[in-house]
Amino acid sequence: MNERINRLRIQSLAAVPSLSEERARLLTDFYKSGVARTEPIPVQRAMAFATIMENKTIYIGPDELIVGERGPSPKATPTYPEVCIHSQADLDIISGREKVAFLVDESVQQVYREEIIPFWQGHTIREKLFSHLPELWKEAYAAGIFTEFQEQRSPGHTACGNNIYQKGFLDLKAEIRDAMDRLDFFNDRDAMDKKSQLMAMAIAADGLIVFARRHADALLLMAESVSDPDRKAELMQMAAICRRVPAHAPQTFWEALQTYWFVHVGVITELNPWDAFNPGRLDQHLYPFYEKDLAEGRLTREQAKELLCAFWIKFNNHPAPPKTGVTAKESNTYVDFALINVGGLKANGSDAVNDLSYLILDVIEEMRLLQPSSMVQLSKKNPDRFIRRALKIVKTGFGQPSIFNTDAIVQELVRQGKTVQDAREGGASGCVEAGAFGREAYFLTGYFNLPKLLELTLNNGVDPRTGSQLGPATGKPSEFNRFEDLFDAWTRQLNHFIDIKIRGNNVIEQINARHMPVPFLSLLIDDCIEAGRDYNAGGARYNTSYIQGVGLGSITDALTALKVHVFDRKTITVDGFIKILSENFEGHDDFRRLLLDDTPKYGNDDDAADDIMQMVFEAYYDAVNGRPNTRGGVHRINLLPTTCHVYFGSVIGALPDGRQSGIPLSEGISPVQGADRNGPTAVTRSAAKIDHIRTGGTLLNQKFLPQVLADETGITKLAQLVRTYFRMDGHHIQFNVVDGDTLRRAKSYPDDYRDLIVRVAGYSDYFVDLTEDLQDEIIRRTEHEVF
Amino acid sequence: MTQGTIFKIKKYALHDGPGIRTTVFFKGCPLSCRWCHNPEGLDPEPQTMSRRASSGEIDETVGIVLGVDDLIKEIEKDVLFYDESGGGATFSGGEPLAQPQFLEAVLAACNHLEIHAALDTSGFAPVAVLDRILPRLQLVLFDLKVMDEKQHRRYTGVSNRTVLENLTRIADSRTPVRIRVPLIPGITDGSANIAEIIRFACTLKTVQGVDLLPFHRIGGEKYRRLGMTDTMAETAPPMTERVAAIKHRFESAGWTVSIGG
Repeated sequence: MNERINRLRIQSLAAVPSLSEERARLLTDFYKSGVARTEPIPVQRAMAFATIMENKTIYIGPDELIVGERGPSPKATPTYPEVCIHSQADLDIISGREKVAFLVDESVQQVYREEIIPFWQGHTIREKLFSHLPELWKEAYAAGIFTEFQEQRSPGHTACGNNIYQKGFLDLKAEIRDAMDRLDFFNDRDAMDKKSQLMAMAIAADGLIVFARRHADALLLMAESVSDPDRKAELMQMAAICRRVPAHAPQTFWEALQTYWFVHVGVITELNPWDAFNPGRLDQHLYPFYEKDLAEGRLTREQAKELLCAFWIKFNNHPAPPKTGVTAKESNTYVDFALINVGGLKANGSDAVNDLSYLILDVIEEMRLLQPSSMVQLSKKNPDRFIRRALKIVKTGFGQPSIFNTDAIVQELVRQGKTVQDAREGGASGCVEAGAFGREAYFLTGYFNLPKLLELTLNNGVDPRTGSQLGPATGKPSEFNRFEDLFDAWTRQLNHFIDIKIRGNNVIEQINARHMPVPFLSLLIDDCIEAGRDYNAGGARYNTSYIQGVGLGSITDALTALKVHVFDRKTITVDGFIKILSENFEGHDDFRRLLLDDTPKYGNDDDAADDIMQMVFEAYYDAVNGRPNTRGGVHRINLLPTTCHVYFGSVIGALPDGRQSGIPLSEGISPVQGADRNGPTAVTRSAAKIDHIRTGGTLLNQKFLPQVLADETGITKLAQLVRTYFRMDGHHIQFNVVDGDTLRRAKSYPDDYRDLIVRVAGYSDYFVDLTEDLQDEIIRRTEHEVF
Repeated sequence: MTQGTIFKIKKYALHDGPGIRTTVFFKGCPLSCRWCHNPEGLDPEPQTMSRRASSGEIDETVGIVLGVDDLIKEIEKDVLFYDESGGGATFSGGEPLAQPQFLEAVLAACNHLEIHAALDTSGFAPVAVLDRILPRLQLVLFDLKVMDEKQHRRYTGVSNRTVLENLTRIADSRTPVRIRVPLIPGITDGSANIAEIIRFACTLKTVQGVDLLPFHRIGGEKYRRLGMTDTMAETAPPMTERVAAIKHRFESAGWTVSIGG
């Protein structure tokens, strides 16, 4: 990277996340002023957005090429009191906690104390949700059966399509006028609502145009005072860009990047939607500009790379807004999940990898930033060079890019009813969620704790943590004669709590649809303008709600252990087993060893366990898939955890697979930590027994040491592993190239790391089987290689 | 029903032939190489081996007796990986040729299923056995250790006369061979021995390449876990420079050389 990018990168890395009160103050002043009191809610929201964009501090850093910040400076993070108000105590937690903290200075505290809290307390979406949700929902939520994504953040969960590169916001306003002209006040009883929505969208469009022009003014002013002629010219050019876009469609590569960035800041300023926002298929959107600029001599490959690097750094300046409570536990990270997609297929089904795809991979490798996240979409039509290039970045060990199966994603989306073209222009956003980019509102509604239901089943519906009857009484385990009886009881618990969750989802969706519309985001997603309907109210072409299953490996191994030891081998009675669980295996080391060492486990390509995984999958699928939401779409499943497997594990006692009380559950569709002992082909074979095509995304994590990928052959064979997993319809795989800390833990807790393969002098073996001195040597070498 | 004894099935084996492979380790070996890094492969019977667990040292059995069908079922599971990568199954050990009926039956099944089959061998077996096995193999990974017969006897416990005759026989049969040379400091890595290996290999028609396998101490821990004495405990791995120099000598003879296979 060049010196300028290096400076920007260091500045971004060094910036300390802090809370900014600016947005909350502007919003509060706007609502206090009463100017919009009589307007419909969407118009109020749009006016609030425009007010913020017209008045918020403009930040332009000394070296910047792409401009626009959500807060007054990098990593200064606004709050969203209309969704969820942070109390004085929350602010203390946010600033004082060890992980994912934000600086909260006294002036912020004061504004919160004196203005924000008194105005919003009792009037937030969060409080509205909880006042409408039934007691059963609240009990299950408190017990850790499921989480709720929308209790502190707005839904969002979408990615940008290609529209903003084809149309300026003035063009969008023209479309809005057309849509208004078409409103049918004779026959459509929603015509008035639609008119309000459309008016709101037009106001929001103006808000962003003004925001861009304020940058143009500031850049010109800055240009006047700068003595360096190069920077002066650059600032003048940036001013001209901000004068043109996003009012008009971008004409150049630089304009296209700046357009997206303004749009991104708009989305994350309007509200705090999940996964921030996401440029989606960046290499596809930008390629026509790149190609044209290169051909016409306006841009070199080096300049394109510099602009991309500057663009990357903007993402890193924007941590996820602070979360507290359960929401912080399920997603405990600064990362806001803007996931840039590279590669895949074009709408016509041909190979989409282009020169820009490779350039973006170079940028990912050089930037090594936490944000944006990046992934490659790999279709069978993409060349091997592409996946090999991506794996060479994976090898450097910062977990990016993750690898997705385009052909599976397309099938998943088509199965859900999308057109094949819309599916091919889609991808994965957030962690692993398949979506039709620019056309779908696919809300993640919360994680669902599959193993916790087994604990309830074994206690006839009682939660042993509290002693209260949380679930239905599904029978005394001692009266189950066959494994199928036990499984049936578990399924009844599952259906019971899925019902509670979906009922809650539908309440929450309606509250967001009616009280927290997003006119700005609605501008960006087809067909909100045409339908005159808000993104949060079903305006998108496709509207899906997901419930994310967590702990697939843990529930599979736990059920398998019960089947094998209670029903098949009759090693122990079910009551005896439950007693041992209640004692957390204390004094039962031999029995626990039997569970760990001589019981089939998911992840080993062993049907004894994998068959039960399929039963769990089918039960979960049947419970959720196709259940209607309130936006004209249906519920679907996906299988991913973020950090929720840790939280969910903390609310469950000992499980029959040998897991002790409070320990994290398995994550995604990965096997239980250390349970897979037959290497990565067996893991991927087990994982491929899930019917990925019937999900909206699954997450598979694999641990590797850098040495395994040391040479070209290692890279090639890993690429072949990925290709084979994808032949079997696997949705996603990511490689965790492990660091020294992991190895040290593996040395101390060998049982948890029996799957960790290391390469030693041209020879691979399991790390835990190595001598202590060899382990130490590898730890030292690994650290040397990583840094 | 033909049965055999194996001590490990290793999937995603990356260093035992082309592509992604499943390597099956046969238990039992007529040789007793001092540097053996798979000492659990020496005894033809299942035996006790300890393992470190979080709760301390525990005993487990290493080695299982299984039928051809069970082994083939396991090998066949990864057939898509072989297809994708040009991989297959490798039979290693121990010495697979020491269980000829079992090996032959397993290979026949691989041939039927069109799974690429490689044999990783010391080459120490009766000619009659070799002749039955050879037509069923697509690749032989052949260990060449010590060329001097007396030294070979000293360090491996057997003469190398059969070994060398068998290697010639394999090459004459047009079966592709990779020569694997363990680089054991002070035993196999001397200049004279390397020169002899190169001279001999030059007489063979089907050598595809050479794999140098530098001595490492992974085996050391296994000796302890088996309650055996590791006579190589004090030996250090060869210097990187020494390995590079030997690699260069083989390359000068015209072969492609990999370190570690």
